[in-house]
Amino acid sequence: MNYFPDEVIEHVFDYVTSHQDRNSISLVCKSWYRIERLSRQRVFIGNCYSISPDKVIERFPAIRSLSLKGKPHFADFNLVPYDWGGHVYPWIVAMAKSKVNLEELRLKRMVVSDESLELISSSFANFTSLVLVSCEGFTTNGLKAVAANCSLLRELDLQENEVEDHRSQWLNHFPESSTSLVTLNFSCLKGEINLAALERLVARSPNLKTLRVNRAVTLDSLQKILSWAPQLMDLGVGSFIHDPDSETFYKLKNTIVQCKSIKSLSGFLEVAPYCLPAIYPVCSNLTSLNLSYALGIPASELIKLIRHCKRLQRLWILDCIGDKGLEVVASNCKDLQELRVFPSDPFGAGNTVVTEEGLVAISFGCKKLNSLLYFCHQMTNTALITVANNCPNFVRFRLCILDPTKADPLTQQPLDEGFGAIVQSCKGLKRLSLSGLLTDKVFLYIGMYAEQLEMLSVAFAGNSDKGMIYVLNGCKKLRKLEVRDSPFGDAALLADPGKYETMRSLWMSSCEVTLGACKALARKMPMLNVEIIDDSELTVDEALCGGAPVAVTADGDDKQKVEKMYLYRTLAGPRNDAPEFVCTL
Amino acid sequence: MEGSRKGAVDMLAGADLSLGLPGGDGAKLDFVRTGCKRGFSATEVDLKLDLNAKESPSSVEKVKPADPARPPAKAQVVGWPPVRSYRKNVMAHNNKNSSDEDQAAEKGVASGAAAALSFVKVSMDGAPYLRKIDLKMYKTYKELSDALGKMFGSFTAGNYEAHQGMIDFMNENKLKGLLNSSDYVSTYEDKDGDWMLVGDVPWEMFIASCKRLRIMKGSEAIGLAPRAMEKCKGRG
Repeated sequence: MNYFPDEVIEHVFDYVTSHQDRNSISLVCKSWYRIERLSRQRVFIGNCYSISPDKVIERFPAIRSLSLKGKPHFADFNLVPYDWGGHVYPWIVAMAKSKVNLEELRLKRMVVSDESLELISSSFANFTSLVLVSCEGFTTNGLKAVAANCSLLRELDLQENEVEDHRSQWLNHFPESSTSLVTLNFSCLKGEINLAALERLVARSPNLKTLRVNRAVTLDSLQKILSWAPQLMDLGVGSFIHDPDSETFYKLKNTIVQCKSIKSLSGFLEVAPYCLPAIYPVCSNLTSLNLSYALGIPASELIKLIRHCKRLQRLWILDCIGDKGLEVVASNCKDLQELRVFPSDPFGAGNTVVTEEGLVAISFGCKKLNSLLYFCHQMTNTALITVANNCPNFVRFRLCILDPTKADPLTQQPLDEGFGAIVQSCKGLKRLSLSGLLTDKVFLYIGMYAEQLEMLSVAFAGNSDKGMIYVLNGCKKLRKLEVRDSPFGDAALLADPGKYETMRSLWMSSCEVTLGACKALARKMPMLNVEIIDDSELTVDEALCGGAPVAVTADGDDKQKVEKMYLYRTLAGPRNDAPEFVCTL
Repeated sequence: MEGSRKGAVDMLAGADLSLGLPGGDGAKLDFVRTGCKRGFSATEVDLKLDLNAKESPSSVEKVKPADPARPPAKAQVVGWPPVRSYRKNVMAHNNKNSSDEDQAAEKGVASGAAAALSFVKVSMDGAPYLRKIDLKMYKTYKELSDALGKMFGSFTAGNYEAHQGMIDFMNENKLKGLLNSSDYVSTYEDKDGDWMLVGDVPWEMFIASCKRLRIMKGSEAIGLAPRAMEKCKGRG
């Protein structure tokens, strides 16, 4: 290959798009490394603390698109303290300083300040795409800056962020000349929206394909907006309540019929069941339906709706659809690939709405299923074995039994055999979340069979260090392991320190790991950041009595158990923005 | 049914757990903090919550379903079930808006109180640092107010004590007087992001929706009162 001029090789590399593939080709030889790095435009950093912004810019000077992830996954469930970190600002500053021609920024679980948004909007003239997922720290003032200054903006996609509403009328700040929007998703915003401004914006955006509005957008507003955008492919509805006998509702039904391109529906943050028939006309084209926030639709209405949706590939729904409802899904949605069933009442006492029966029905009907997130009240080994046999194509399998250590109700046995069947049958399984009563055996199975497993989530499972060791030894492709409330201790942690350099990160909380073991690991593996997180109230109170917050240090008794530990490989050394309750050993 | 549930409660009484039983028989909904949980001894099949291991090893209790067909409500654990806080907040908000007012209040409390972090930041205008408190430690507004008074008393030269954090909304004159004074009032940010005066909603509803507390001078809180009144009316 070295007989070809660089331009030819570079041209070939243009066809190599996946991050993993590009990483691989950069390892072939020095010349390929050089050509690859100079031509790479899209960079994905799975852990923002694994490398410094300057190093990234230095290696990839042509970078145009950056994806960053910040907090560990368990931050989603309040296990990571609020100020842990994950700030994007230093990255923006570094890119602005180096005059990077940034066009796209995609962030997940990061802290994004208004300052960062303002800096983005003023530093990158060709900025076109901002996607924020599960982020926090910004307000509608920051959005105002983006709307006003990013004249080429095509995509503003805000997914499930915590955004403070400062009544900034940010939508009004899209200039009249802004006609390039393709995606606009502000469904997570809590505040009011200038409806007239939204209408005008949609009317002048002929390329708009995705529009997801928030609760403040009423049904009659929606009707007006849709009449300007019959080309929409992805619609997120805000408030869907109206008098079904009104002229507005009649108009809406007719408008929706014109939207022949809608393939994805979501939102329904407020919805009345009697309004649902308005969307029946688009159901036959739907490939994606998200009703997981729509409390208040009884199972019977959901079932009626599902019967119209024969082409669904992705369905997110609440468990009030019930096992019977899932049977209807199984018989209607033969193309289903991804199913997520969320709890409508996470702390309810045994209103058995979905059980193993619903999942079994799905497995018989939806043979193409490859991705599952299923919250239920109980699960049996027999059911899991049946599902494993019916659906060998699972790539993601996440089961959450609401009582985290519940045994198989038929046999009172642990669910080891059931999950064992899943990992044995699904040879392409990349992500697995366990729950229910589980012993070390399930981890033996996982280590033996889950050859492609990249991410494993463990809670209240296992008997001893052996469990975790089976996984560390067996799963060669493991990248992320997160464990809580399980009896894995020092022997497991230190069984194979080198393993952690092949992984992105390890999270262990409420386990049996001691401070001494963490220190030993940190000493042995300088390329890891081993963080101890201690945000217990006791520490802060004591600190305040003494006058200054006491930093969590490594000076404690080595035998004391560590409440929360997060370790990750890094080229950047200990981070300089760690709050006082985080100590990097 | 009541009998078997009561049995479960008695079993756990020694473990310092109160079950949030649906039907609200007055049992307090409590959290098991991971900070208190140590040493998960897994030799037994049943769920064991090893609370306060250092202080009372005898408090390790087994939680067996009293009746397999109808398991009792389980004690709530931080971060379980693994539902994103964003989703929990949206659902709690949707629950509040549901047509059945009573059911909504109960569900809103159940999912809100148990789901939300019970620790909230408390700031006081003029104080050099913030505090964090666990709302679950208090049962009434008075208790909360006393605690806040103790924490921040040194900064106010006594002006905090005056109204005890309980605003009498029935008495417009009193309210006006308070808001015009330099006495301090307690305000909080609720799940919708609105800043409200502390004291208008029932305690359970307050702790379910309170995200942050701020103690400010009465004169600064004037802008809040009208909204607080609207919200109060809206809740019926």
